[in-house]
Amino acid sequence: MKLDPAIRDQVLATVPSLRAFAISLCGHVDRADDLVQETLLRALAHIDSFEPGTNMPAWLFTILRNLFRSEYRKRRREVEDADGRYAETLKSHPEQTGRVEFSEFRAALAKLPPDQREALILVGASGFSYEEAATICGCAIGTIKSRVNRARIRLADLLAIDSIDDFGPDRATRAILAGGGRN
Amino acid sequence: MKPGKPVNKEKPAPEGDQPGNRSEMNQQVTQRKSEVRLGREVQARIGQQLRAMYDEVVKEGVPQHISDLVRRLGERDDGTA
Repeated sequence: MKLDPAIRDQVLATVPSLRAFAISLCGHVDRADDLVQETLLRALAHIDSFEPGTNMPAWLFTILRNLFRSEYRKRRREVEDADGRYAETLKSHPEQTGRVEFSEFRAALAKLPPDQREALILVGASGFSYEEAATICGCAIGTIKSRVNRARIRLADLLAIDSIDDFGPDRATRAILAGGGRN
Repeated sequence: MKPGKPVNKEKPAPEGDQPGNRSEMNQQVTQRKSEVRLGREVQARIGQQLRAMYDEVVKEGVPQHISDLVRRLGERDDGTA
């Protein structure tokens, strides 16, 4: 049985956001693309377990999130200070993120505990509801809310945002603020 | 009030209508208000930055190799590569 073209198109339509999520989670474009690829291989191998008409993005994000978390746990066993190392890598090789203009923000994001990071991205950038994010992360809605909240507080602290004028020293950030945000 | 706190030797301010007292209270209220407002501003800025970073990747669309992979897998019976 061939893949239903409608389902295939739903999968493809989710890929851009899935990549953005993967890159935000792990920082490295190459690793993120591997993660996306692995997610799609799994998803398509188990496409029968997807109920047509249900939330395709949430389904794919859940698979990617679980793959990332199991990989993260594996790495954590190998390298004790995985978070610290990762943050250091970003600091010394910002180009590895492929997106230098957000390097400061990405470095701060990388310092968040993974559960806070994923919650913030899912709700604050991917556009999932708290309920969807809770399903993706396999936890209670209240847990997601509290993680997002803690993530914001920690980010503000890391970026030393004391006032609006002091939002990060890098020019890209200032340009965004001066331009009033998204185009 | 904490028990055991040393008693203020100065004369206690008359209730209510002392100007200094009131302005101090107003100041505290204003300060608290601005902290809340700033908190929202900061949250909004973080949200903007987060979405800008995210959308930059979204705008890249579907990389060719991913698109090829999905189409190739979609043509197969067992879903393996």
